[in-house]
Amino acid sequence: MLTFNLLVLVALAYVAFLFAVAFAAERRAARGDDGWLRSPLIYTLSLSIYCTAWTFYGAVGYAARSGLEYLTIYLGPSLVMIGWFWVVRKLVRIGRTQRITSIADLISSRYGKSTALGVIVTILVVVGITPYIALQLQSITLSFSVFVDPGGDVPAGASRDAVALWSAAGLALFTILFGTRNLDANERHHGVVLAIAVEAVVKLCALLAVGIFVVWGIGRGWTDMLARIDASPIADWSQPGGRWVGLTFLSAAAFLCLPRMFQVLVVENGNERHLVTASWAFPLYLLLMSLFVVPIAVLGLDLMPAGSNPDLFVLTLPLSQGRDGLAMLSFLGGFSSATSMVIVATIALATMVSNHIVVPVWLRLRRDGSMIAGDVRGVVLLARRVSIAAVLALGYVYFRLSGGGAALSAIGLIAFVGVTQILPAMIGGIFWRGATGLGAAAGLVSGFAIWVWTLFLPSFGADAVIPAQVMAQGPWGIGWLRPHAFFGVQGIDPVMHAMIWSMLVNTSLFLIVSMLTFPNPLERMQGAQFVNVFEHSAGTRAWGQTAAAAEDLLIMAQRIIGAADAQAIFLRAAQAQGKPGYLPDVTPDFIALLERELAGSVGAATAHAMVGQFTEGASVTVEDLIAVADEAAQILEYSTQLEAKSAELEQTAGQLRAANEKLTALSVQKDSFLSQISHELRTPMTSIRAFSEILRDGDTGPAEQQKYAGIIQDEALRLTRLLDDLLDLDVLEHGQVELHRQRGQLRDVIDRAVSAAGPRGGRLRLVRRRADEAIMLETDLERLAQVFINLIANAQKYCNAADPVLRIEVARLGAGYAVDFVDNGTGISPEHRQVIFEKFSRLTDPGRAGGAGLGLAICREIMARLGGGIDYLPGQGGAAFRVVLPVADAMAAQ
Amino acid sequence: MPKPPPPLFLGRASYRQRRLRDAVRLLPVAGAVGCMIPLLWPRGAEGPGNGLALLYLFGLWAGLIAAAFILSRAMRPEDDTDAAEGE
Repeated sequence: MLTFNLLVLVALAYVAFLFAVAFAAERRAARGDDGWLRSPLIYTLSLSIYCTAWTFYGAVGYAARSGLEYLTIYLGPSLVMIGWFWVVRKLVRIGRTQRITSIADLISSRYGKSTALGVIVTILVVVGITPYIALQLQSITLSFSVFVDPGGDVPAGASRDAVALWSAAGLALFTILFGTRNLDANERHHGVVLAIAVEAVVKLCALLAVGIFVVWGIGRGWTDMLARIDASPIADWSQPGGRWVGLTFLSAAAFLCLPRMFQVLVVENGNERHLVTASWAFPLYLLLMSLFVVPIAVLGLDLMPAGSNPDLFVLTLPLSQGRDGLAMLSFLGGFSSATSMVIVATIALATMVSNHIVVPVWLRLRRDGSMIAGDVRGVVLLARRVSIAAVLALGYVYFRLSGGGAALSAIGLIAFVGVTQILPAMIGGIFWRGATGLGAAAGLVSGFAIWVWTLFLPSFGADAVIPAQVMAQGPWGIGWLRPHAFFGVQGIDPVMHAMIWSMLVNTSLFLIVSMLTFPNPLERMQGAQFVNVFEHSAGTRAWGQTAAAAEDLLIMAQRIIGAADAQAIFLRAAQAQGKPGYLPDVTPDFIALLERELAGSVGAATAHAMVGQFTEGASVTVEDLIAVADEAAQILEYSTQLEAKSAELEQTAGQLRAANEKLTALSVQKDSFLSQISHELRTPMTSIRAFSEILRDGDTGPAEQQKYAGIIQDEALRLTRLLDDLLDLDVLEHGQVELHRQRGQLRDVIDRAVSAAGPRGGRLRLVRRRADEAIMLETDLERLAQVFINLIANAQKYCNAADPVLRIEVARLGAGYAVDFVDNGTGISPEHRQVIFEKFSRLTDPGRAGGAGLGLAICREIMARLGGGIDYLPGQGGAAFRVVLPVADAMAAQ
Repeated sequence: MPKPPPPLFLGRASYRQRRLRDAVRLLPVAGAVGCMIPLLWPRGAEGPGNGLALLYLFGLWAGLIAAAFILSRAMRPEDDTDAAEGE
């Protein structure tokens, strides 16, 4: 006999194994070695979280009670996946182009990025899914209790609650650890996905092993098994037709609407092609999961003592035959089913709660300066972690309060009916342009209310929430509102009753209100984007002409998605527009792109609100509306194209003007440089000539001779230095320079640069993180040091803060590294940024600097020769320069 | 031997692909109808019994999976642009 302690030990070892698997997957993904993590097989296996503990244990119990009806729960999803070309493909495509983070986000985004709809859907699923999570906790405790007391009854309360509590805590830890690693919900959670794929294999193997044991170990093969079925209490085909059709529809709908299924099916989908494989592989998985259910149920009814819980036959049957190992495997299978469902459901719910409730509330509370102060990214991550803990705590509380009595499948079906309320708004939203937000809200709220009244509240038991007298006679004696007999239609099975009425009212209100109301422009545009997703996958165009400053947007984006990612997006956008630096033109395309990127982290509604703070005239342009109304569009489209062309011309003209201004400025600079260089050459020349004349005339004492010769030499040195700089630049520009490649530490190069530049202006304080600088380089270290010396010297000369500080930061940038030099002065004004890297440019008055304005030009040439780059980095609070180390060198790192 | 005349209709491959998509769309409908057929059977003792129903349903299910597998193999992945979506 297995002891309780051994069981706990095995469960803990299994959990440790899952942690190791998830950790290893994250490590591999971080190294970029994640090819097989993105395979269609892993995707299909991750879909198997549809099979929870309810299906693992409950299906056998279901079959023992109601014959073949349990098959409907598997047939519905099978049909949905076989018919992937209808709905799932469209959902996945929309999820990818609109960067959808959850099912609440899908509804909110479709109906004009509405915050209210996001909140409604979030509340609905939290209410519907919390009991479902409680059900998983219950199944874990129940399966533990089997080993303590083979009868399947609940053991001593304390240990039962402890099992549930520790399970919930462990699951919360796992989910927080691996579910919130990255903020962007569209990035796959590799650790979680691989862990649930492993669990999918474990539960399938466990159920197949028990099934094979039952058919060939206890029975004598298939024919014998069919004979046993015919002799069993469930021999007759007596399936009520209504429930058969209704439950097939219900499970198909729930498969699309359950938050955890939406998470793995749409959000975690890495490649649309995986659907093609999953279209046959997932039904096959479901077939295998349900293949042995009836044999196990029949033999359980036959062999187990009367009155034993059929929900636990999967465990008790092997135990009663003395197969402890098999029982242990079966226990792990049930454990896997419960844990993987809880993990993914919790991630999905936490994403919704944080994106649609916590963050909007937080933003509203600090409306005034939300973009300027505070770290949004940190808040969102914290909100998500707290939500995970809160969701699991809610599940645990529900488990404690409900006492865990009802048959396992009851809660499952109740949750299915609850989430199915989203179906009309979802299907209508992706196939019907006329669906409006008000219609969706009317349908959702009415369906939700009916579900709560007719199914959810009565499920707590008679007199628990609704008094028995109300159940029998209706509220305030209104007979047609009785929870189980709406409009006097009596005698229907409660689940079917609730499903039919809620779906009927939900769908009707959705359609009627949609037809009566008028959508706002953003809603119409999103509707067109969703319904016609295959025609224009280019993505949304949200805004017209705007006055948002690119730098403000950069500062905001840095706070949400992190500095490195934000800078990368801005750099790419600027490059696509053909502009140097980090600040692209704020075009509608760019705004739409940025909004989508942010939506991947905080949801569409919040991203829209945040970007909206910066964009004036928060309305949809004529052009966008015409694209929406494409049935009436041809002529208008043409004039719009003309308009677009003229806008493009205007932009080109603007760029030409800018280029011209730059040329003029350069010409002025060149003139001033020539006059300055003449001046610089003449001054030393004059004194050299004068003192050499005195020396030639020869009537001087030795001491004076010494002094005059010294002056002549100093002036000659100054001339040489100037000419050296000019020559250096010339050599670099014409590519004749020879590089002396060496290996060395970045830290040493910076050390050398600091000590070379240091002694002159001791006032400047340096802030470094020496640990980050331990990077091996293979490049011309002398030249690199020259660049660093120049940047440090510039900070010494030009930083005008009272207490000047220069931060030197090393950061990973894609495949390579970047070294940022950021001081705390006033920085460089935008109009000067484009000329500082030019030759002869110097921003302050010539007398103060003492150089000829060649330093940064030389730096730029050196970095270009080394294969890297140097740029001005805006939005950092002072003058900031980013030196990008050449990629090949960084590859040679470590 | 004379060469056979070239095929009259040049877009054969893409035509075949579009009909394959039709088949993919049709398959779940056929499956749903197939699942409902047992409801026509007589219930209770004079009916076929759950053993037979079990065989029928799993046979249908396996057939659907096989058909989906064959169709997924025949569909060309690069044709995902849906230029011919409207046909």
